[in-house]
Amino acid sequence: MSLTADDVKKIAHLARLSLPEEEVALYMQQLSPILHFVKQMNQADTSQVEPLSNPLDLSQPLRPDKVTEPNQRTAFQAIAPQVEAGLYLVPQVMEGEDNYVE
Amino acid sequence: MEWETVIGLEVHVQLATQSKIFSGASTAFGAEPNTQACAIDLGFPGVLPVLNAEVVTMAIKLGLGIQAEIAKQSVFARKNYFYPDLPKGYQISQHTIPIVKGGHLDISLEDGSTKRIRITRAHLEEDAGKSLHEDFHGMSGIDLNRAGTPLLEIVSEPDIRSAKEAVAYLKNLHSLVRYLGICDGNMQEGSFRCDANVSIRPQGDLHFGTRTELKNINSFRYVERAIQYEVERQIALVESGGKVKQETRLFDPAKNETRAMRSKEEADDYRYFPDPDLLPVRITEKQIEEIRQHLPELPQQKHQRFMEQYGLNTYDATVLVSSGALADYFEAAVIASGNQTKLTANWVTGELSAALNKFDMEITQSPVIATELGKLVLRIADNTISGKIAKTIFESLWNQQGTVDDIIEKQGLKQVTDSAAIEALVDKILAANPDQVADYRSGKDKLFGFFVGQAMKESGGKINPQQLNELLKKKLQ
Repeated sequence: MSLTADDVKKIAHLARLSLPEEEVALYMQQLSPILHFVKQMNQADTSQVEPLSNPLDLSQPLRPDKVTEPNQRTAFQAIAPQVEAGLYLVPQVMEGEDNYVE
Repeated sequence: MEWETVIGLEVHVQLATQSKIFSGASTAFGAEPNTQACAIDLGFPGVLPVLNAEVVTMAIKLGLGIQAEIAKQSVFARKNYFYPDLPKGYQISQHTIPIVKGGHLDISLEDGSTKRIRITRAHLEEDAGKSLHEDFHGMSGIDLNRAGTPLLEIVSEPDIRSAKEAVAYLKNLHSLVRYLGICDGNMQEGSFRCDANVSIRPQGDLHFGTRTELKNINSFRYVERAIQYEVERQIALVESGGKVKQETRLFDPAKNETRAMRSKEEADDYRYFPDPDLLPVRITEKQIEEIRQHLPELPQQKHQRFMEQYGLNTYDATVLVSSGALADYFEAAVIASGNQTKLTANWVTGELSAALNKFDMEITQSPVIATELGKLVLRIADNTISGKIAKTIFESLWNQQGTVDDIIEKQGLKQVTDSAAIEALVDKILAANPDQVADYRSGKDKLFGFFVGQAMKESGGKINPQQLNELLKKKLQ
């Protein structure tokens, strides 16, 4: 299983990495063996194995539903590039593309 | 061609916790921007999310409320995408192993029958922040107070066949989550948000058509309008030779239309993987049983009980159990009324609900308390007042002019049941209208109403109507 140039470009785009055209071939070469390795692992028979989401055999610790965090906006915003009226400012988001949690 | 509508709904229920799903920051609504966003919500390096115990309990409650399977082990995953109001670059959600699997919700259809809507799953996840598009010198403003607020996303199977069914399902779910106490249900503040997947297919066809996903439909009215518009749009498109495109569409309530927001094909590549910061959530049978034993009476059970215990019809029962507070009000009023169930139901769903609607108030804000409304019904039932006078007293109660008995006393509204007094009044009316009496006796039966009207007018509506009728009939023979 080998990646195409378009695959590499798409992966870079999804990760918001800028990838110079001349490096595409290099990444195709470097990423493809990783996929080969995954393909090799996929051949192992895991039908009798419980899916493992974490190597630690522990369950998630829970915390009580209490507000413990004070307002530290001033400290957080002191290191932000740009703030106004208590908001973090970012390059403009395209109108009508508001984010809705999927 | 006859078309069938196919709808599946995804509802984001904001869980009514004090703190966020993975941090100890407050979830209170309406705070100054970014004052409730801590290092974990902001995705600072080196922070560790720790799951809020209450969200697990709430998810289990929902699961039990819809007769679903509660997963003994569920897994949090990272859903990767870039957007300025998602500071980490991923949303923590549940993907392959959600906490709640299966289940169903029954809805009542207009013809009185019941339809079962299957639920696919419900999973826990965190909310994103908010982008403000007012122009900040060509920049966007980001408020991350909402980031990390706990959500339970409830996904239905595509079992819904009309906009009306969709609304019925949503109203039932809305009622259920409030009964369970896991969500405040405030749709304006975004505590209960809905997306609809809508497609059409020729009637009788077993394949699903291409669906569009509708967003921004956060009121029951918008859901109905948006789906109706979208169904008409898809039918017109297909009938004119076009094809429905899989995409996300935004409902514009001002224009009453949906419009394309983004194409789905590219946006769907979220590269989920298990979140290494979080361990599997394990739930024991004992934990589930403990929660089950403390579940309140749920809307469907209450509906059943109201019909059996109070002899109500399905309509009255449906209205009364729509909120737990309204149902409690009714039950308190019934006791005060001396068990006048039907009459109390009429007053709660009629006069009282109309007044609440008029002033846009919730039942919990009613100036007329349940025991007084019950007392009012009791006074009608024991013939102290007439039904007509009761409406006047209700207005006085609403304006907080005292208790029912005070108002009757002070305003002299007691019904006249003294037969001698009624007889005197009847004699007076008949003597004053000799022509009408003659006409009635010669066969103009309709004039009976005229005499009743005169007597009621003369007495200010205070005569017992039954006694008046009997006496009038006797005297007019």
